[in-house]
Amino acid sequence: MTFTLDAVLAARRFEVSLSLEPGETVAVLGPNGAGKSTLLSVIAGLVRPDSGRAEVDGRVLFELGAGMHTWTAPHRRGTALLAQDPLLFPHLSVLENVAFGPRSAGVPRKEARDRARHWLAEVDAGELAGRRPGELSGGQAQRVAAARALAVDPDVLLLDEPLSALDIHAAPLLRRLLKRVLAGRRAVIVTHDVLDAYMLADRVIVLEEGRITEDGPTRDVLRRPRSRFAAGLAGLNLVPGTVTAGGLRSGDGLDFAGQHDDPLAPGQAGVAAFPPSAVSVFLDEAHGSPRNSFRVTVTDLEPHGDQIRVRAGELSADVTPAASADLGLAPGLEVYFVVKAAAVSIYPA
Amino acid sequence: MGRPRGNAYSGIPRWVVAVAAVGALLVLLPLAAMVARVNWPQFIPLVTSESSLTALGLSLRTATASTALCVLFGVPLALVLARGDFPGQRLLRAFVLLPLVLPPVVGGLALLYAFGRQGLLGRSLEIAGLQIAFSTTAVVLAQTFVALPFLVVSLEGALRSAGSRYEAVAATLGARPTTVLRRVTLPLVLPGLASGAVLSFARCLGEFGATLTFAGSLQGVTRTLPLEIYLQREADADAAVALSLLLVVVAVVVVGLSYRGPAPAGTGSRPARSAGGQGTA
Repeated sequence: MTFTLDAVLAARRFEVSLSLEPGETVAVLGPNGAGKSTLLSVIAGLVRPDSGRAEVDGRVLFELGAGMHTWTAPHRRGTALLAQDPLLFPHLSVLENVAFGPRSAGVPRKEARDRARHWLAEVDAGELAGRRPGELSGGQAQRVAAARALAVDPDVLLLDEPLSALDIHAAPLLRRLLKRVLAGRRAVIVTHDVLDAYMLADRVIVLEEGRITEDGPTRDVLRRPRSRFAAGLAGLNLVPGTVTAGGLRSGDGLDFAGQHDDPLAPGQAGVAAFPPSAVSVFLDEAHGSPRNSFRVTVTDLEPHGDQIRVRAGELSADVTPAASADLGLAPGLEVYFVVKAAAVSIYPA
Repeated sequence: MGRPRGNAYSGIPRWVVAVAAVGALLVLLPLAAMVARVNWPQFIPLVTSESSLTALGLSLRTATASTALCVLFGVPLALVLARGDFPGQRLLRAFVLLPLVLPPVVGGLALLYAFGRQGLLGRSLEIAGLQIAFSTTAVVLAQTFVALPFLVVSLEGALRSAGSRYEAVAATLGARPTTVLRRVTLPLVLPGLASGAVLSFARCLGEFGATLTFAGSLQGVTRTLPLEIYLQREADADAAVALSLLLVVVAVVVVGLSYRGPAPAGTGSRPARSAGGQGTA
């Protein structure tokens, strides 16, 4: 009993295959415009793909293509959507908002209200039942919207950046709450926050330009990213290239010495990953043990926690503000980035 | 949200205010001149004469019926125009709005050629025992014809500014399209629907040309208040002025009581209960 999706939408250059086990929560990460919201709209039935097929627990959501025109309307899909904007119906009370789904499914009024009260209590919003949406704060409204989506007991719960409109005080509370209610529930959560992926999801997919570029358990994807986007999220330098006997040769011809995590054959495609904190910055070429020393030009300096992040093209290094001042770092300066071989992980691309 | 009041900077140049004042006078001056011309001692007898009361009663009844028809047909039309996506949509909108710019007498002629005795449908209707032209039904049809665009324009605007995001969410919560319409769409655009209905009612009350052409001027059957005024103008100017004032008062009361003007963009006209509170408070 699974959820499977194959969909192609040529106008948005969108082509995605995805499957979810019961109770599995998948986080969808990716840059703006990568097709994350399109993915949710296709699952919810708000956007019709050119071709493809989707099925949940044996029920066909759509089957489109040559000669196939099966299409299940959004209200028959069992795919509740929780968006960035809570979109509570402004003319209904909080209780009636949450009871809306059950009422639409034909549940008698009283039972629907009981169910609504249950879900409001579940999201710690029981005391808001009598209020109008206009009288709620952003965090309260989003909690009520979560209760409203959960009250229909969806087969797949769709969450579109549910925390991104909240302020820094409201977001952690709702994140904890979502962690509680998403446990054991099949859900797809679009997010740009790596913390959401860590806390809420069992699995991560990275969507770039309408295609899935990474798919795997959250921990693995963030520990050993293969796409530059995931590496950025994980805060790692990522260098794609070709595996050599002692390391990896990048596309630019730089040789990286490092640790082969898996048995790797020279010549196969691989990536070298290392954290910016493992990179030291020198004005002169270092002599001695470190084997990875690269002459680079500083492109940007930016604050990063209590460190200064030194960017040089695709690579970055973290140095202390004092070190940065001592070195006289400034964009345009030529420096040497030095990283110990022990800090560089090399694995298949 | 809301209009700047009191201490807030309005940014309107003074000369604009002056021109606006002239524009307002253009409307108010003739009305004032008419009020000045009213024969006050005779006012009550004039407006309570049998023919006047008959005409007023007919006007109110037919305008109510026409407004109901405008809502019945205007709501689906506005929905199709605002939410639909089909070839010929712009053309349909243009035709629905045509009565706004058409001389009413032309509308009356068109109705006559459709529903009149010799008309397109009139012959079939007559065989079925229905005669529409020169009946109270014709008055209602004529008024609906000219007033329908007011409702459609007002409601389509409200639908567009409300957007369809609430409807999409309602659908993903399992609501059938009819349920979405009843429980989400219509309540959200209720202010727009109400002001559209009021505008339509006011337009029906004032309808003259199409009614005269298509329905004629039979006392108690098709002679509405504007027709009565036009008739009295020849015979008894005092009566015409008194009835005109009555019509102005009825119109002012209806519009003033229920038409609250266009809502600020995207909020509906109930800020406290509408999208106003959706931000990140």
